Amino acid sequence: MARVVVDVMPKQEILDPQGQAVANALPRQGFEGVSQVRQGKRFELEVDENVDDDTLARIAENFLANPVIEDWAVRRVES
Amino acid sequence: MSAAGARIGVITFPGSLDDGDARRAVRRAGASDVALWHGDADLHGVDAVIVPGGFSYGDYLRCGAIAKFAPVMTEVVRAADRGMPVLGVCNGFQVLCEAGLLPGVLTRNSGLHYVCRDQWLRVENNTSTWTTRYEAGADLLVPIKHGEGRYVAEEPVLDRLEGEGRVLFRYVEDNPNGSRRDIAGITDERGRVAGLMPHPEHAIDPLTGPTDDGLGMFLSALDSLVAA
Repeated sequence: MARVVVDVMPKQEILDPQGQAVANALPRQGFEGVSQVRQGKRFELEVDENVDDDTLARIAENFLANPVIEDWAVRRVES
Repeated sequence: MSAAGARIGVITFPGSLDDGDARRAVRRAGASDVALWHGDADLHGVDAVIVPGGFSYGDYLRCGAIAKFAPVMTEVVRAADRGMPVLGVCNGFQVLCEAGLLPGVLTRNSGLHYVCRDQWLRVENNTSTWTTRYEAGADLLVPIKHGEGRYVAEEPVLDRLEGEGRVLFRYVEDNPNGSRRDIAGITDERGRVAGLMPHPEHAIDPLTGPTDDGLGMFLSALDSLVAA
């Protein structure tokens, strides 16, 4: 088994109202100096050794992310 | 085909909410309603399909992202390719976008708030299968109720939708969710597949909705089925 992490983030040009709300809440709690927050998703997959990078890319592109509004990145990590 | 002989299917997913009202709207228009289940591997011979509002599969992952893989949706995509009229309302619009039948995607409302109110819409296109009963430029008052209704697509896609007259409805007076170019509903290249965030099925009778302005969508589709 291998562990794979897929990060899905809203594209830079896509409005991210959730991230904005988080950014706007920080000064109210006394945290200064954070000018921007983007909110995304992280998926952790446990996969068999024979699952290749191309398959992982298709999982990310066709299902975990919607490429109209989101960018994705797949990486294998030490489990 | 007679009006009553026209069979319009309404899909129920786990988490669908507005399937009952959609079927009622079909009956009010004079057609026969057919219940379709998300696990169905065929469409039971229906002549048109409505994908209703709600929270299919709990809106997990993204709105409509899991529903697009339901067995019944495979058949809907096939039928739409053959020209069957398909209407997606609210969550149904999100499902049709995720399934690739309509371009773009619906994202979190720009104000972050869930919006539930009666909304004025302008009819931009009265030549699609679902809008022939309206006059171009007519204003309709129809309920909206959604948290993720901000229509987003890349600029060239938006330009093409505008250029080809595929924007069906636009929000007027006030854009409730930050949709690009105030878009409330669109159609596909052939004008057979339509999606919109507002709820025409909740506006078919002044007793239970703000107006009966929504009934025209169901009558329009029925007209095309009867004429076929």
